Amino acid sequence: MWRSCLRLRGGGRHLLNCPRGGLTASEGPGPKPPARARAYAPPAERKRFYQNVSITQGEGGFEINLDHRKLRTPQAKLFTVPSEALAVAVATEWDSQQDTIKAYTMHLTTLCNTSLDNPTQRGKDQLIQAAAKFLDTDTVCYRVEEPETLVELQRNEWDPVIGWAERRYGVKIGSSTSIMGPSIPARTREVLVSHLASYNTWALQGIEFVVSQLKSMVLTLGLIDLHLTVEQAVLLSRLEETFQIQKWGNVEWAHDYEVWDLQARTAAGALFVHLCSESSAVKHKLLQG
Amino acid sequence: MAALGSPLRTWRGLLRELRYLNAATGRPYRHTAAYRYLVKAFRAHRVTSEKLCRARHELHFQAATYLCLLRSIREHVALHQEFHGKGERSAEESAGLVGLKLPQQPGGKGWEP
Repeated sequence: MWRSCLRLRGGGRHLLNCPRGGLTASEGPGPKPPARARAYAPPAERKRFYQNVSITQGEGGFEINLDHRKLRTPQAKLFTVPSEALAVAVATEWDSQQDTIKAYTMHLTTLCNTSLDNPTQRGKDQLIQAAAKFLDTDTVCYRVEEPETLVELQRNEWDPVIGWAERRYGVKIGSSTSIMGPSIPARTREVLVSHLASYNTWALQGIEFVVSQLKSMVLTLGLIDLHLTVEQAVLLSRLEETFQIQKWGNVEWAHDYEVWDLQARTAAGALFVHLCSESSAVKHKLLQG
Repeated sequence: MAALGSPLRTWRGLLRELRYLNAATGRPYRHTAAYRYLVKAFRAHRVTSEKLCRARHELHFQAATYLCLLRSIREHVALHQEFHGKGERSAEESAGLVGLKLPQQPGGKGWEP
């Protein structure tokens, strides 16, 4: 106790001695502040500053209101989304915050903000390239040579997905055990890039997000084309990890934590893509009928 | 096509998640926009005669995806608050995580202030 008093006095003298206005720059030799009991504390979350969340239809689409104030993006643009379902889902995200606003649980809001603000200033072509880059190092194309059970597991689980993608797009993908990865033919890339080009920018933001979560173009296509559910896609993406967990045991605060987060992100991305490309799908149907 | 199970099951799952969400605000979940929207969507696409309708399957897929989203966020937040949300752990807590205890010494260890 006395020691801490001395330390305080020393600190006070140090403060008195330093020149005026030089508080920030005074990092010379002096008594260091006492070590805190906790080195890291998470940043405080904002309080829930609103009561009611509602949706209004504006000129640019659907807007979210928090108690008569309009929701805005981080770059202070008006938050508008093209589809009603998406607006309802975003409003539900805001409404379900308890005492504080937990931004890390609001994946759909995050995706909408990214699409509206476009903080990385990427155009449609760059988004497609960013997604197509994962094709060269696609998770489902990299195979192991040992142990035998894992080899068999990968063959049984991943081969049907690759087969589906090859039939669906009429391309050749294949798999490889080499560390250099599979050699994807140039035509495959062209076909898939031109397929991705048929989506709008919002949907492409979602696709790029899902691809970077699953680390796989093939699984993402399966998810977007309703061939795989989110749970299946996440399981296939983490196949080797699941195999090792079965062998070595599951750790709740690492493995389960990651699975739920990955599932939430993948589901948000997939839903975002579906809801944002819906209007074109409806038009398509009307033309046919 | 992905096997999704029965739509009724998805619907019940969604209702359960909505109840969890609205436990926070204290208002009944039936008054929320999400509930009204889901009821409308499920009613509008309640087709019985067709064996496989593409649009209906698409809607069911979206509903299942949304269910997965809500459920995963709930589980993730629960784990986050349990293990990750409080900053750095003390030595006792870290030891307790892996089932260990710090040694007890009645007279202190000699280096406490």
